[in-house]
Amino acid sequence: MKTAIIKYNAGNIRSVQFALERLGVDGIVTDNPEEILSADRVIFPGVGEASTAMRYLQERNLDKLIAGLQQPVLGICLGMQLLCRHSEENDTPCIGVFDVEVKRFTSPVENLLKIPQIGWNNITGLHSVMFEHVPENSYMYFVHSYYAALGADTVAITNYVINYSAALQKDNFYAVQFHPEKSAEHGARIIENFLNL
Amino acid sequence: MLTKRIIPCLDIKDGRTVKGINFENIRDAGDPIELGALYAAQGADELVFLDITATNERRKTLAELVTRIARHVNIPFTVGGGIAEVEDVYALLQSGADKISVNTAAFKNPGLVDTLAREFGSQCIVLAIDTRFEDGDWYVYLNGGRVKTDRKAFDWAKEAVDRGAGEILLTSMNNDGTKQGFALDITAQLSQNLHVPVIASGGAGTMEHFVDVFGNAQADAALAASIFHYKEIEIPALKTFLYEKGVNVRF
Repeated sequence: MKTAIIKYNAGNIRSVQFALERLGVDGIVTDNPEEILSADRVIFPGVGEASTAMRYLQERNLDKLIAGLQQPVLGICLGMQLLCRHSEENDTPCIGVFDVEVKRFTSPVENLLKIPQIGWNNITGLHSVMFEHVPENSYMYFVHSYYAALGADTVAITNYVINYSAALQKDNFYAVQFHPEKSAEHGARIIENFLNL
Repeated sequence: MLTKRIIPCLDIKDGRTVKGINFENIRDAGDPIELGALYAAQGADELVFLDITATNERRKTLAELVTRIARHVNIPFTVGGGIAEVEDVYALLQSGADKISVNTAAFKNPGLVDTLAREFGSQCIVLAIDTRFEDGDWYVYLNGGRVKTDRKAFDWAKEAVDRGAGEILLTSMNNDGTKQGFALDITAQLSQNLHVPVIASGGAGTMEHFVDVFGNAQADAALAASIFHYKEIEIPALKTFLYEKGVNVRF
């Protein structure tokens, strides 16, 4: 089985590669369209800023390529947000697999909200094959200032002042806001489930 | 709900942990990877590796070490110690570090914080502050606490956050090593007034100290070294204790 990790100008790609390695899988980090198209699994990771990342993908036609992928695709963090319709982060139109708006966390008037959200938060309402053997309320590691709103494709929910999509799924597209590659054994299980689809 | 984080800190010199005896269940307590993986398995929420190597080979050794850590440890980790150049940060993040921490170099050149935040994002830039209470206020110290400045810790923390620091790692020199508890007042001042997470460090001696720093001082995370290394407090027991005291922690 060939697993491609999409290489672009966003951080944290190495960690994903190492997480695959811990599962005995050799992930190929690539921006080569042939390599991506011929992979059995595609992981679209990323930490960074939405408009810069989208521009980079568009310049290489990777946005269209990603939208048309037929094999299982897993978006992580910024990767998940870029699979949505639009992000408030610098008013960026995104790839649009998920018909969901990405918004910025806003602090309620009465108390100070720390932004970005950094740390471990629980995921609930799990209903996806991604979460097989992952208990309800498992803790995952999140680092983000923007979130995908709830929608028809929501398959896991997290609360940080408001409820938002911790995970989305539609057809062959899977996406998580947290970092499974950094979320200890439950995170590793999600990656493994994705690879075993 | 977002949980409070427990963060063991490992001091590294020439690729080896400096503290870290008293572990009969691992082969080599001097091996940062083995110790880090053990803490991760016990339920540590993050790790901090503080490099205190002072040789010319430092950069290369550290990047190699970071790669080995990232390969084996499945929770987030921060690398700090003497980081002064954008290239150093780039190399460490590329090697697999999740965050880096800056201290003296950022104080001497605050523009470094802006540059790093712009290049790599605030989420991976931790500002470390060593502070001591004297003459009625908390002042910033540099060079591992050897050099005093006349800048107040709160003012510097606020400026650094405005410049893009994504977290503050606050070490009270008055409390560090005393095992008498964290510095609650300055931790609370930062945590209640800054919109980024505050990691409290220095003074942990009992499990109650963690309850105090999370409860009264509203720290987002607490860091400790020797009490974990010498097994005076073990992470699973600490988390159970915190949970029973109503602190939201991850299991």
